[in-house]
Amino acid sequence: MSSDAKKMNHKIAVQVDDLTVAYNYKPVLWDIDLEIPEGVLMAIVGPNGAGKSTLIKSILGILNPIAGSVSIYGKPYDKQRALVAYVPQKGSVDWDFPTTALDVVMMGTYGSLGWIKRPGQKEKKAALEALEKVGMLPFKNRQISQLSGGQQQRIFLARALVQNAAIYFMDEPFQGVDATTEIAIINILKELRKANKTVVVVHHDLQTVPEYFDWVTFLNVKKIATGPVKDIFNDDNLTKTYGINYKVSIQE
Amino acid sequence: MDITEYIRLVFSDYTLRTITLGTAVLGAVTGMLGSFAVLRKQSLLGDAISHAALPGIAIAFLITGTKDGNVLLLGALVSGLIGTFWIRSIVKKTHLKSDTALGLILSLFFGLGMLLLTFIQKQPNANQAGLDKYLFGQAATLIESDVWMMTWVTGICLVVLLLFWKEFKILLFDADYTKTLGFNTKFIDILITTFIVVAIVLGLQTVGVVLMSAMLLAPAAGARQWTNSLGYMVIIASFFGALSGVVGTAISASQNNLSTGPVIVIIAGIFVLISFVFSPSRGLLFKQIRFIKNRRDLQLHKTLSFMYNIAKTHEDIAHPHAIKILNNFQGYTRGTLQKLVKKNYVNLDGSLWSLTEEGYKTASNLYNQQTKNDE
Repeated sequence: MSSDAKKMNHKIAVQVDDLTVAYNYKPVLWDIDLEIPEGVLMAIVGPNGAGKSTLIKSILGILNPIAGSVSIYGKPYDKQRALVAYVPQKGSVDWDFPTTALDVVMMGTYGSLGWIKRPGQKEKKAALEALEKVGMLPFKNRQISQLSGGQQQRIFLARALVQNAAIYFMDEPFQGVDATTEIAIINILKELRKANKTVVVVHHDLQTVPEYFDWVTFLNVKKIATGPVKDIFNDDNLTKTYGINYKVSIQE
Repeated sequence: MDITEYIRLVFSDYTLRTITLGTAVLGAVTGMLGSFAVLRKQSLLGDAISHAALPGIAIAFLITGTKDGNVLLLGALVSGLIGTFWIRSIVKKTHLKSDTALGLILSLFFGLGMLLLTFIQKQPNANQAGLDKYLFGQAATLIESDVWMMTWVTGICLVVLLLFWKEFKILLFDADYTKTLGFNTKFIDILITTFIVVAIVLGLQTVGVVLMSAMLLAPAAGARQWTNSLGYMVIIASFFGALSGVVGTAISASQNNLSTGPVIVIIAGIFVLISFVFSPSRGLLFKQIRFIKNRRDLQLHKTLSFMYNIAKTHEDIAHPHAIKILNNFQGYTRGTLQKLVKKNYVNLDGSLWSLTEEGYKTASNLYNQQTKNDE
């Protein structure tokens, strides 16, 4: 309990107030209030269409919410962009784009470079270090379409690591990767937490939640619950989020 | 007319020189910008823009009554831009997909343009003839000032491209991510689109409304086959475009004045065809060669594993067997057997064969990927 108490005293990294998002007047997220404490490794869980990706995208300003506000360490997101990194879903880009693995990772430095300025030696060094961290250094000059799904996911992770942010948002980083890559990724996430970074992950595999994460948010259009995994990851909340039949899907 | 004579003529003859330079510059700038259109999967955008420009030309003529190329192109530019941003807002605000919106705007504007052209033709003032050259283009009407204009636009385009290279690249690859880094994606987007519209409008006089989109797409589609780097792709596409212009002009000038625009487009199409067949990494030819090679390897493996299964049952793996027993097996030929001997997997002795130590080891690990990776 003492570590939880300590966390409670921590600063709030991300605060979401009254966030409502709608596609064509149909609400996808309804009146979300959420506080994410600094230094947690948090999973967002919920069924398909619950608005998990939408939540991340509206926090990051990719989607425009019809109501609500987001603040990062107490200030509006616009002013705190440098503190935030994003790992999109792997399927969101065209991997046949003519570029190399190193080039994609370098894109993580573009934000701090700003307009027009080109990446130089310093940026290249940072990108190579990130590639090494995710174990992809031997593939740095590979055309990105010639990487496996797991390798592509690692490239995206490396691109976010280069941003050297305080808060990381990741949209299903474990989707379609093999067991080795999953362990490699979770180790990096745990390392980030050790460095007191905040990591928010859209996650699908309920079984691994207690093992991988220390904080969890249940989401199904509305926020069901949020808090430490060991306090709130229980039958009651799972049923509220997934409906009465969730156990069947877990056992399979 | 032979080639050297033609080249001399290009340098001495004013008209030919103007047309050659004009089509070359046009090809270069459309190839350059076409790379972006292709990578954004907006290939049809060029078609929509060029068709949308037609009513602008007609309206500009109706208002001013002049046939001055620059005034008409200004009209084309305005209506091309209106069409483009209309498409964008349709996609954004309705359930329609972009291909539907493109097709809709394309035919609507083109229909309106044709309507206005026929209306103009029925007008009593005799000044109207010649507007229909914008349908299929007429390179022969290019004059020096047109070429200067194209060169200026190409130059500006190149400078902007070099300045915002990093921004263009990241937007093309991952627009959402670009937004989270704090870049104004709308600005970059409008910048690219505006340049594409300008390049298309510039080409209307030469290649025409109907064929213009080919100038945008063909060089870029061809260039993509040769490289995996965005920078080289843009360079190769410009080169293909310029070369199509020069070669197309030469063919049309030396063959009884064939219409230049269509010839240029066909030449560009031939470049695409060559690229799709002969590119080393993505081309169809080398793909087929690799396919055949893989099939041969597979047959070799099948023979080897068949031998392995026989040898396995004997205590001495080098125990000789008759070649005849291989005959039933598909994929076995004299040639493959010789190949196995060459690789030192098999010993031949008259009509008998036996596996070597190395062959036995290879055969037992044939389908075991883990050991291959370890090596």
